[in-house]
Amino acid sequence: MDLADALSRLDVELTRAQAEVPQAADLDGLAGCERTLLGRRAVVTDVHEQIKTFPPVDRPALGKAVGAFKQVVTALVEQRRTELADVERTLRLTRDAVDLTLPPRGRPRGHLHLVTQVQQELEDVFVGLGFRVAEGPEVETDFYNFEALNMPQAHPARSMWDTLYVKLGQPEEVLLRTHTSPVQIRVMQDQRPPIATVMPGRCYRRDTLDARHSPVFHQIEGLVVDRGITFGDLAGTIEAFTRAYFGDGRTARLRPSFFPFTEPSAEFEVTCFMCAGSGCGVCSRTGWLELGGCGMVDPNVFAAVGYDPEEYSGFAFGFGLERMAMTRYGVDHIKAFWDNDLRFLEQF
Amino acid sequence: MRAPLSWLGEFAAELPRDAGRLADACNGIGLIVDAIDEPGREIEGVIVARILDVVAHPNADKLRLAEVDFGTGTTRVVCGAPNIEAGQLVPFAPSGASLPGGFRLERRTIRGEVSDGMLCSARELGLGDDHGGIVQLAADAELGADVRIVLGLDDLVLELEITPNRPDAMSIVGIARDLAAHFRIPFTIPLVAPSTRGPGVGGRATVSIEAPDRCPRYVGWTADVVVGPSPAWLARRLTMAGMRPINNVVDVTNYVMLERGQPLHAFDLARLPGRGIVVRLAGAGEGLTTLDGVERQLTVDDLLICDGHSKPTAVAGIMGGADSEVVDSTTELLLEAAFFSAPGIGLTSKRLGLRTDASARFERGVDPAGTLDAAARAMALLEIVASGSAGSDPLDAHPVPAERARVVVRTSRVNAVLGTALSTDEIVGRLEPLGIECLESSDPDVRTAVVPTFRPDIEREIDLIEEVGRHHGFNNITRTVPRPAGTSGGLTRAQQERRLVRHALTGVGASEAFTSSLVARIDLERCGFSSDGAVELENPLRAEESCLRTAVLPGLVRAVGYNASHGQPNVALFELGHVFGPPSAATAPLPDEREHVACVLAGLLRQRPHADDRPVDVHDATAALASVLDTLEIADVRIEAGPGPGLHPARSAAVVVDGAAVGWVGEVDPEVAARFGGGPIVGFECDLDRLLASRRRSRQFQPVSVFPASSIDLAFVVDDSVPARSVEDALRAGGGALVESIALFDAFRSEAVGAGNVSLAFSIWFRAPDRTLTDQDVAGLRQGAIDAVLAATGARLRG
Repeated sequence: MDLADALSRLDVELTRAQAEVPQAADLDGLAGCERTLLGRRAVVTDVHEQIKTFPPVDRPALGKAVGAFKQVVTALVEQRRTELADVERTLRLTRDAVDLTLPPRGRPRGHLHLVTQVQQELEDVFVGLGFRVAEGPEVETDFYNFEALNMPQAHPARSMWDTLYVKLGQPEEVLLRTHTSPVQIRVMQDQRPPIATVMPGRCYRRDTLDARHSPVFHQIEGLVVDRGITFGDLAGTIEAFTRAYFGDGRTARLRPSFFPFTEPSAEFEVTCFMCAGSGCGVCSRTGWLELGGCGMVDPNVFAAVGYDPEEYSGFAFGFGLERMAMTRYGVDHIKAFWDNDLRFLEQF
Repeated sequence: MRAPLSWLGEFAAELPRDAGRLADACNGIGLIVDAIDEPGREIEGVIVARILDVVAHPNADKLRLAEVDFGTGTTRVVCGAPNIEAGQLVPFAPSGASLPGGFRLERRTIRGEVSDGMLCSARELGLGDDHGGIVQLAADAELGADVRIVLGLDDLVLELEITPNRPDAMSIVGIARDLAAHFRIPFTIPLVAPSTRGPGVGGRATVSIEAPDRCPRYVGWTADVVVGPSPAWLARRLTMAGMRPINNVVDVTNYVMLERGQPLHAFDLARLPGRGIVVRLAGAGEGLTTLDGVERQLTVDDLLICDGHSKPTAVAGIMGGADSEVVDSTTELLLEAAFFSAPGIGLTSKRLGLRTDASARFERGVDPAGTLDAAARAMALLEIVASGSAGSDPLDAHPVPAERARVVVRTSRVNAVLGTALSTDEIVGRLEPLGIECLESSDPDVRTAVVPTFRPDIEREIDLIEEVGRHHGFNNITRTVPRPAGTSGGLTRAQQERRLVRHALTGVGASEAFTSSLVARIDLERCGFSSDGAVELENPLRAEESCLRTAVLPGLVRAVGYNASHGQPNVALFELGHVFGPPSAATAPLPDEREHVACVLAGLLRQRPHADDRPVDVHDATAALASVLDTLEIADVRIEAGPGPGLHPARSAAVVVDGAAVGWVGEVDPEVAARFGGGPIVGFECDLDRLLASRRRSRQFQPVSVFPASSIDLAFVVDDSVPARSVEDALRAGGGALVESIALFDAFRSEAVGAGNVSLAFSIWFRAPDRTLTDQDVAGLRQGAIDAVLAATGARLRG
């Protein structure tokens, strides 16, 4: 075997390796290829062992050729090995496939009551406008529910509320609050102006359950008291709340009304959220939705809590949470809020 | 209150006729528009025609042919009504005209004869149900004129909601005055007076007031009348205002009440024994049958109108009696126009449960100075419609004269309250059209308002400011947003934590319920709760709402039952709500009111397809509880076995926070659960106020040790009655400060551990902050832990 023969044998082997190694079907086949091309009985091993039989002048060239052959073939084998390992890993992972559309483990998250959601949203809007939140007892005395709110005993306006009385204290002294307004009195007794507070809570009326009335219901009420508070501030606050809660472009309008604890008193209406004021079924084609009552705190209310009405002025406003939720989400019967039917609770 | 525009127009002639403008005006001044009726809105092109000739229809027995003259021409129509005759003036709807219901007329042929339109019955014009004949028009109607005008159908009726502070607006005159002020147009009340041709009242009747504080004024006026039906205009006006015509005398009293706001009552003088009136308080046990046929029992607080022999004949200001009412045969009457004090009428009306048009006005306050004018108006009308002749010198018993209130109004104060910049002249300009006279004073800022007696609601400066605001227009006031100095908005910690508690519970899969705070005792008892101490309502509407809940859990258990009965037995619900106990020394007379948090889980926990579904058990309840307690980072919580209300006695425990029981957790008593769907129900209820007030875990930073932990496993056999928690507590105590954590990893019963015993296996991790623990250290700690458990619980260490 002369140098040319030897080099030619390596060339043939290389061609074979380039053909066979990338075709190895699996890791075992590749190991066979590797043995044939680089193992003890491989051509390159034979050539390598015979180098010493070649004339010294040829040995470097042959040695170099052997080295190059080994390097190239080893690289080919390693490349194929990586390829095959990838294929195998892919196959193995495919066998481990899991259907992620199966229902998740554990109980699905529960839902907050729709009235709670409305209440929290409103609280957050008012907190953003600089208000605090206050609460009070649901069972109240006549003083907080009526007398301090400019409705002394036998005041005809008391008949605006059908009151549930409780068998405690003097006759008709203790009652279930008919509105959240008693909290106004408690807030004004507990702190001095400036006051900017909203008061959500449960209220009670001696009402028969129908589509829009329930003996137990929720209100939210706001109170602002400071020096120099005006009716313009009341209208501006209602407007700011309307925009913050219902969105830009929505506005409010006020029309005179009567409440014993405010004067001047007003009802406020907001742009219909459904039609943005163009008129639709939700707003009886008026473009406006009646939301609640408001007004300037009556001087007699200030007198009941020991504020000087010449020094301080203020305003209050309030509305029903169920009413708001019904209008906004199209709930057609107030009973839905009290049945606790999962099919209702889980809609929101 | 229904106010026809034509009637308002008698006092404010320049009112606009546009329904939209009127509605905006009314709403803007607080006369809230419920509806606007326009009876003639759908009628168009119907005109007055004279019937020239009527001949039989050649091809139909019941039809006739009428030749009509409509002013600018004549034509022929087919008509089926029996009442037509030549010479009559009738409403004629020619082809092209429209009638209510969207009906449009066309020329057509009926049984071979051409009909160029039709003659109209009352029903066809939307005037009522009468379809018996063609409407007959007044003889002076002009041919070709629009019948809407001839019949008053061009009118519109404002249906207004009047707030209780505005008695003046319960009258046409009052509404007209308010609207005239709004539109800044003239307002006048035409002077009317009867000719008083009849005999002097003094000789025919007497009036005596024995309760002058309750009846400060009483006008009695006699008249001779002929009772009969009212003329069409009067009947139509009452109908439009929502009242049913009865006879000319009663209709006149109602007409004047609607117009002036002053309720009137007509007595049949011949049926009034003693021919006189005595106004007095009822005696104890006295009674009277009112016009509606109901026998009324009266009290000493009720005011009566009595006859000349002091026998009751009417409940003052509310309803007359049957004995003295005007009937067809009445020929002489005594008309009452009185002023009764408002609170008295209100209380009697409320107590009798009897509210009438009269009482609604008296209890709000009528005009004490308007009695005589109203009576004169009625007498003038009776002359026209009932051949009345009013007596001269009406009796006007007036023991307590009405005074006009004088109220100071400061321009500076008006602007300070409203946020306006009105001048004094502008303020006066708003008030004077309302009949409020404004007198100048030495201070240019100050006017003295002299308030008319028909505005009893105006007593204070703020009442005048409201009037200025109302007529300036609430929506014309510049809107500003107050910035109270030194305040900041936000939720308190407790308010934030209540939200966290809600989110913790939705996180474990429970949805928030709202259950009623009003319950029946039986509702509590059926859930195994005692109803002792439940606060009762004085005047419940229904037995199911007769006391206040003492716990939230019963309501939630009922909600589980509701869902189960609707095919949803697998339920998780929670509620945050108030509960009520008997008053404590600190709360009396109010009940002891607290906020609770409660949660129930019922039925199966769905685990398929990952695992088998399983019934909820107490560990689901403790998990839900733990999520609340962990969210709040409560420092000192213990679960102490013991029977809780409504709970399975061996599967419930007290929740002890800071050493005091604040609630219960466990499985609802199976007998209770069986009443509400049958499946297991577990849950908890805690006093949320006390949870929020409890001590919380320290939030002080503790360095994290860099040294490795050593762990050991220990298993003990203990008696079943020993709570696992007490073994863990002993391990912690015995292991000392180097115990990092303890985990119970196995709990089982078997023959090997012996009957009545349980094996509890724990992993304990020890770690020192400053060094690696040696084997010797760990051995010592292990022995300490074991010794502590054995000593504290009587346990046996498993080999």
